[in-house]
Order: sequence, then C-alpha cells, then structure tokens
Amino acid sequence: MSTASETFPREIAAPAAAVSTRPAQPFRLAEAAGVDRKNLLDFTFDGQRYSGHSGDTLASALLASGVRLVGRSFKYHRPRGILSAGPEEPNAIVELRDGARREPNTRATVAELFQGLTATSQNRWPSLRFDVMGVNQFVAPILAAGFYYKTFMWPASFWEKVYEPLIRRAAGLGRASGSHDPDHYEKTTTHCDVLVIGAGPAGLMAALAAVRAGARVVLCEEDFLLGGRLLSERRMIGNRSALEWLREAEAELRAAPECRILRRTSVFGVFDGAYGAVERVGDHLPVPPMFQPRQRLWRIIAKRHVLCAGSLERPLVFGDNDRPGVMLAGAVRTYVNRFGVAPGRRAVVFANNDDAARTVADLAAAGVAVAALVDARAEVTPEISRIAEAAGAKLLAGARITETRGRLALRGAVVTDAAGTRHNFDCDLLAMSGGWSPTVHLTSHHGGKPVWSEAKAAFLPPSHLPPGMAVAGAATGDPLLADCLASGAQAGAEAARLAGFQTSLPAIPETDGESAELQPLWRVRGGKGKAFVDFQNDVAASDVALAQREGFRAVEHLKRYTTLGMATDQGKTSNVNGLALMAEFNERTIAQTGTTTFRPPYTPVSVGVLAGRHRGHEFRPTRLTPTHDWATEQGAVFVETGPWLRAQYFPRPGEADWLVTATREARAVREAVGLCDVSTLGKIDIQGPDAAVLLDRVYANNFASLPIGRVRYGVMLREDGFVMDDGTTARLAGDRFLMTTTTANAVSVSRHLDFCSQWLWPELDVQMISVTEQWAQIAVAGPRSRAVIEGVVDAGFDISNAAFPYMSCAELTICGGLKARLFRISFSGELAYELAVPARYGDALMRRLMEIGKPLGVTPYGIEALGVLRVEKGHPAGNELSGQTTAADIGLGRMMSKTKDFIGKAMAQRAGLTATDRPVLVGIRPWDRAARLRAGAHFLARNVENLAANDEGYVTSVAYSPALGHWIGLGLLQRGTERLGEVVRAYDPVRGGDLEVEIVSPVLVDPTGDRLRG
Amino acid sequence: MRIICPLCGERGAEEFVYHGDATVRRPHPDSSAETWNAYVHLRDNPAGRHSELWYHAAGCHAWLVVERDVRTHEIFAVTLAQDVALARRPVTA
Repeated sequence: MSTASETFPREIAAPAAAVSTRPAQPFRLAEAAGVDRKNLLDFTFDGQRYSGHSGDTLASALLASGVRLVGRSFKYHRPRGILSAGPEEPNAIVELRDGARREPNTRATVAELFQGLTATSQNRWPSLRFDVMGVNQFVAPILAAGFYYKTFMWPASFWEKVYEPLIRRAAGLGRASGSHDPDHYEKTTTHCDVLVIGAGPAGLMAALAAVRAGARVVLCEEDFLLGGRLLSERRMIGNRSALEWLREAEAELRAAPECRILRRTSVFGVFDGAYGAVERVGDHLPVPPMFQPRQRLWRIIAKRHVLCAGSLERPLVFGDNDRPGVMLAGAVRTYVNRFGVAPGRRAVVFANNDDAARTVADLAAAGVAVAALVDARAEVTPEISRIAEAAGAKLLAGARITETRGRLALRGAVVTDAAGTRHNFDCDLLAMSGGWSPTVHLTSHHGGKPVWSEAKAAFLPPSHLPPGMAVAGAATGDPLLADCLASGAQAGAEAARLAGFQTSLPAIPETDGESAELQPLWRVRGGKGKAFVDFQNDVAASDVALAQREGFRAVEHLKRYTTLGMATDQGKTSNVNGLALMAEFNERTIAQTGTTTFRPPYTPVSVGVLAGRHRGHEFRPTRLTPTHDWATEQGAVFVETGPWLRAQYFPRPGEADWLVTATREARAVREAVGLCDVSTLGKIDIQGPDAAVLLDRVYANNFASLPIGRVRYGVMLREDGFVMDDGTTARLAGDRFLMTTTTANAVSVSRHLDFCSQWLWPELDVQMISVTEQWAQIAVAGPRSRAVIEGVVDAGFDISNAAFPYMSCAELTICGGLKARLFRISFSGELAYELAVPARYGDALMRRLMEIGKPLGVTPYGIEALGVLRVEKGHPAGNELSGQTTAADIGLGRMMSKTKDFIGKAMAQRAGLTATDRPVLVGIRPWDRAARLRAGAHFLARNVENLAANDEGYVTSVAYSPALGHWIGLGLLQRGTERLGEVVRAYDPVRGGDLEVEIVSPVLVDPTGDRLRG
Repeated sequence: MRIICPLCGERGAEEFVYHGDATVRRPHPDSSAETWNAYVHLRDNPAGRHSELWYHAAGCHAWLVVERDVRTHEIFAVTLAQDVALARRPVTA
C-alpha cells in the first residue's frame, strides 16, 4: 500500500453513521503481549469517540485507532505525534478527564486506558488540525532561542502586564481545573532490606536473588505491568519465550511473603536515607476505589538499593524529524509487540546502531511493510543485511535521512546516500534510533556527576553513588539482555548479602544472541528543515548553534538560554543530543562539555500527593480544648490560636457584632463572674531536688524563695537578652513546681527547659514534662468568683481570703473527691481563680460551674473579652512579647535579679538593650474619647512631618474598655515612662487614621490591685 | 535523613528539631561582652564534619549531639547531649 498518512484522519472520521457500534481499530494487530483483546474500552479524544482495550495506554489506543496527530508543539505549534512509549514522551502531552479531575500536561504514553476516559489535546486553537498559532512556524526565525529576552525588552513596564500574559497564552500547556481536587492523597513509609527500582529483566533478577536469600524486598515498577523491555521484544530466555520467563519470575515474587511489589509506582528521588516514590493507586480508574487514595506517596527506607532503571532511546537529529509518524525505533517495537498496534502501514527505519534492526524484523513479522533500513554507518554486519533482506527492506548503509514530507502526518522521507544520491520513500512511519542512554537520573541525586563513555557513547552512572545504591541492567550502559540478567542477579545477591543475608548467585539463564553496536551520529547535516533536538521545547540544532555563537556555551547556560531539557520530560530524549551538539560547536569532547545536574523528581509529581492529607483544615492537626463541645453548644465563635481552636466570644441573640458581645462578657467579669477555658496555656510539671535551681536560672526573677503553696509571676529571657515568655509558676512541694507558659510558646519553652537541664546544666537533678494535654483549666474571674468556687470545693477546704489569699495554690478535691488544683491568680485584675482537673473532667466541670454560677450571673467569656480585661490591666501579651522587647521595655525591668545568674542576664546589659530612648510600654487613650483606636498605628509627635524618621513607636494592643467607657490601648513609645500626660498622634497611614492620644499608665483599671486581693 | 537516637533507635529527621553548633560553651556569667557576643551570635560554618545539637521533639525529648557531615548528611555519631556535657565539665553548681 502506498502513503496512507493523509487518509488516517478520514478513516477515523468516517464511522459517524454507526453510533451504536464501537469505532474500529484499523491498526490493531492480531497478537499482543500486554492487552486483553476481549475487554473493550470506550474513550474520547477531543470529543471524538474511540475504542481500545484494557492494557492499552492512551497512546497505544490512539495509534490503534489511526490517530497520528496528538498535539501542537510548544513554541511553533507544529503538528506532533507520539514519539515514545514511556515516561520520556515529549510530544503527546494531553489533558485527562473533565471537571474538577481535569489533569493537564499528562503523557499519553503512560496514561492507562480506562472505560470512559476523556482526553483533550493542548496548546492549539481552535482545533488540533487547524491551529491559528501554527503561523509561528513560518516566523520561526524570530522565535529562535532567547527570542523573548531580545524581543520583549522594552519598555520594562510592559513585561508583567503585556508580554508575559501574551507569551503564556501563546505557549501554554494544559489548563488546571481551577476547582478543588475531589480525590484525596496519602503518604506512607515502608522499610525493607533491598529496594529494587525497575522490574525489567535486571530488576526481576535482582529481586529474585534478594528474595531467595530471605531479604525483605520492595520492587517498584512505574509501569502497570512488570517486565520492562521484555514486554516490548520478542526474545528467548532459557528455552522459552521471555514472556513465559517473565510470568514465572512474577509468580515467584508474588508468592514470596517478604516481597512487596509496587506497580504504577515511580521512584522519583533519592533523598538522605529514603527514597521518594509515587504510587498511582487510582489514576487508571474513573474514580479511585472506595477508601483508596488517588495517589500514595511512599517514603521507602531500605538498607540497600538496586537501581534497574533501564535506558531511554535517543532520537536522531535531522530535518523535519518531528512530523507525526516519526517515532523511536524501540517504541515502535513496544507498540507492535506489547500493544499489538501497527504505528503505520509502511515504515522506514533510520538508525546508527544494531539494535534498530529488531524494529525492521518485528514490523515485518507483524505484516507492516518496511520500505528501507537507513543505517548511518558505512558498514553493517551480515546479520543486519539478512534482517533487511528478510523483511523486504532496502538497506542503505552510510546514508542519512535529510528530509521528511507530510503536514499533519508523515507521508515520506528523502534519504541521501553516501554518494549523495537522493532516494525518495513513501512512508507513514519513520522509526529512528540514535542509540540508548542509560537512565542514570537517580544515580546523581546525591551530587555525583554521570561519566561520559566514548566507547558506549553514553553517560554512565557516577563512581560516587548515593550510599547503599548499586546499579544493574541497561542503566549501567550494558544493554544486552544476557548482561542485564547477570548484572541484576549479581547486584540483587550482593545487596542481600550487604543487608546481612547469606546469598548465592542464582543461575543466569541463556538468551538468544544480540548486538548493540553503535556509531554516534549527533546530527544530519545538509537538511533544510528544522532539526529538532528537544521536541517538547521546540529547540532545534540551529538553536544550540545560536546559543553557542551568542556565548551560552556551558551546559547550564545552554539549558537556560534555549530551554533545552526543561519542562515535563526534563530532556529525557534531548539532553545527550543537545550536549553532543554543543560539544561539536565548541570543538570540545562531550566529556569536557559535561551534563546538567539531575535533580528530583525523575518524572512529574503532583503537588496533591506531596501534600497528602495536609490540606484545608487538615493542613495541620487542630487541637480542641476540653470544653470545646460545651462551647459549641453555647454558640461560641472559635478562632485559631496556634494549633488550638479557642472560643473567641459567645454571641447572644440580638448582639450586632463581636464587639458588643465581648463588651458584655468583659463587663460581666468586672461586675459578677465569668468563666473561660484557659487549658491551652502550657503547663510543665518540674520535679527534683534541683527544680528550684533550674527555675532560678531560666527565670529572670527569683523562684528559690517561693514558699510551698504559693504562685509567682515570672518572666524568662532568651540568651540574647530579649523576653522569651512569661507566666505563673506554682510551688506544689519543695521539689515540685508547675510552670505555665503562654499558649504560643508552650512547646518552645518546654524544649528550652530540656536544653537548659540536659545541655547547659546537666548536673542538676531535675526532671520535667509537659502536662498541657493532661489538665483542663478554667478561669473563674470576677467579684462573685469565690462563691462559685465554694460551690465545688469539698468540705474542709477553706477558701477564705485569709486562708487562701491572692497568689495561693493548692492540691485539693472538688465535687466529692475529684482531684483538682486551685490557683488564686488573675489575668483580669479581678478576684479570680483558676481551677484545674484531669482533662477528661473539663467538660463536666465547666457545666457544673455554669450551674452553680447561674444565680450569680455567671457568663462564659472568650478570648476577645480576655484581651479587653488584660489591656485594661496593662498586662503584656503576645503583641508586647514580640521577641524585640526587653523586660525593661514592658515594665518588668525590676524583676531581673541582680544577685544570681540567669539566661539572658549578660546580654540584657548590652548598650542597645539598656538605651534610655528605647520604646517602652505605655497606656494610651484617645483625646477625643469617642474615637476608636487601631493597633499598629505609629506614634508621632504632634507637630512633626509624617516621616519614618519621626517615628517614636507604635500601638501594640487596643480594646474598648467597658469599665472606662472608651477605647484604650497599649503601646511602645520612646521614653514613654517620662511622658505620662503628653499628647502624641497615633498615625495610621494604611487605614487613614491620625488621632491625638494621651499617654497614660498602662494600668487603667484598679491600679492599686484592691480588687484582686479582695 | 535518618538519625539514630540513643534512646529511641533510628528515626526520620522530621522527628527532630535542629538547634545548631554543639561546640560553643556558655560563658561564665562574668565574662566580657565580647565573649558573650561570640557565644550568642558567632558560629563557624565548616564545610564538612560538624558537631550539632538536635532535639528529639517527636520522641523522647532528649537533646543529642550529632556528628554530621553537613555536605553529605552522613552521620558519624549520635550521643546524648547530657552525657557529652557531663563528660566535659566537672559537676559544679
């Protein structure tokens, strides 16, 4: 048959009449190693219905249906077809699925077909066959390497607003769905003795050897079938077909109890001590199975690792080598043998090596006409001549393909022989092979540089491999099947031995003969058309030459300037050809030129699987207080404070906003009694003969003198002299303290105490542990709080002011025998207590206190009211303890002991920290009492310009004070303590405020403290 | 990265919190301002083997001295910081 190429689209467009029947698969062959012909699947591509089989990829099913044109190229919008049969695919990049599950930039060559799959081509408008941007190929000269650096330089302001959006639209890849991903993803970790990466002949042998030794093995295969190239070739192992051998090997591994086989799993990176892999659990199904994730991230920790990643075939670089129908020779064999698909009716094979002769033989065996075998080498072996002859192919040695024909599909090729004579062949398939590049990516993830071998014309794994890794199979640069089986067995056995198992080398089966001899051909000179090196980025040989002329000669410069080797395929088919051309243009060797660095990931990894379950509200764990359910019943509005959800306020019907509610709650505390869950504050139980010594060293003030049964407020510094945290510490016994920290610093203070006791002063006999989680703690605050407490404490405990004064603590029982701790401490400045019970009683205690307090007007209050009360009292909190304030800055300078050493003491004496013009804590109130204050406003003197140079500090916290009837605030103002009574401006350019405020004492309510001692 | 905690065994680095240089010593309280400044702020950044403090935050809460090559992340030794600290100084108040 003659050139059928242009007729393919007509063939598949024809059966529109037969809607009920399945579309034909005119290119499906009778035999297929890897598809189930009985199981038919329907799918669509660009809205057109097609059919395929289970075991197909989208690419093989499209080829079976006669679809050659699958995409438009990135820059020139040239028509492109399927180049490869694996993860290296640069052309057949499509969108899969619809709606929220739409996934752009997916390689059709690895997308497993499923019933109902919808696929859409990318980077074309309005359609794949007629793409307006296709005019780019006719203005290609101005779109050469670096064109946007040169063209879109001026004016600079146009870059973001005009140029970049235009370029992005023109050179777009797929479209993100724009919706939330409806699937979920998960992460898991596994441990094993031997990790085998790749289940081709070498990987299978390695796994068999290790499993037989008794090692725990994880075998990862990115494909959905085990076998690697065995599925693609017609080979013999032992006395049987390679497929039979494969079935037996797989059966043995499946039966082995300590072998975990992970199919559809790409090992994408070698990290420190762990491998990262993605298992595509549900990518081959319309929706993931029940209770299964779409994808699973594996962290694999193995004692030894055997990399059997195989090799990737290189294209040849000749004019118009990108037409749909030009395909890698090995991929052609994959489609013919594994998928039972003829990628064309009439083929030409162009190669520089012995391996490609298999393609001639396999095509002929499948009934595909082979017009010619074009071998770039002047001489070929008799075996190759015999294969060509048997296939009826004209053998042209020492020849090159210099041109191809066709527009949306290949129609022919022109061969120029050694004598310069041109031969014209009609063909719809051009199989090319420039040799094979070992897949060394993972070998260099720890920084090792691949080593160029002139003899093998390939980069080989570096001598410095990631620790524990061995390489076997074609990835070593020895691609022959016999070598793969032998090196796999050897590496697997050795890995098991190094992991501590007794091993013996398994028998290596015989294979049929083969040869991989090759003579490099990095480009074909003399052709007219663009000779593509990197298909995905539209980088042609001429672009590499241009980069060289313009001085971008180092491989890293070449990559950035031309984009060679970037994007989803990361140069899997293009890197070596590109480097070889640069070497040639630089008149250097490839070894001197070197290669770019391979970094994880080997193939694209979705962000979803890296995030796993950590998205939305599950981004991090949410901690709930012991009274959360009760607060929910009360209609509380919650707010995140660190990892906690705390009740922010408890709105009542008719309350217009949070401010109304918080004002009511704060007033209730000042006038009656309020309840607030304060369990989130850090609680650290500190015990031991030296507990007091440790406290004296971590707190700026003195704790050794604290009597048993008393509580003291403490402030601790960082070693650099700034305030770290504050809180109260209770002495429960001579050798036992209970420290509280702020909610935010609970973890870091605990770590700090461990640091001090284990590292700075290891001789101290002291132990500590966080008990934040173990105790529920409820603040009972207000003039009627004592009456509420009286209602719960068991008989015999005297809570009169005389027996249990301010800053007392006790261990006691409440509610008839429940162990509890009572502290008479006050953040609100009122008579107040904090009552702690084991966390599981927190909810019950809150309900009991509410019940007892009902006749007393008890009111639950949230952290908004808590904030109001503390601002009224001038207590510093997170806004004031900003990490940039000293104890003196926030009015606690006198707490710093002069008689003992403590963390931060020395550095707190630094000139900068003791300067008299530092901003210090002050209270403020608006001169116009009706005005509302805003935190963040900056202090400026009344008659100065609004300049940063005149800035004297800022407002840290504000609140509407129900007690005073107007807004108040705290702030840090230079020389603030000397300026009481002065009026300055609170200038807020962001929100447009400029208020006069009066500087006052930070303590605005009950400055003498009578209420809290009452 | 995997760290062998002397108390818990081999664990992933995500369980640990990094602190920094384990070679600096807290000065005597009466030391000069320069000495204190050096202790708080100045650190060597050796390209290679280093002695570091790590905290087993998601484990036993032990501070550890980890001997690590900061270029390769190879770990040579992990010791309880308390043992290191006790060994290098006499027990004094």
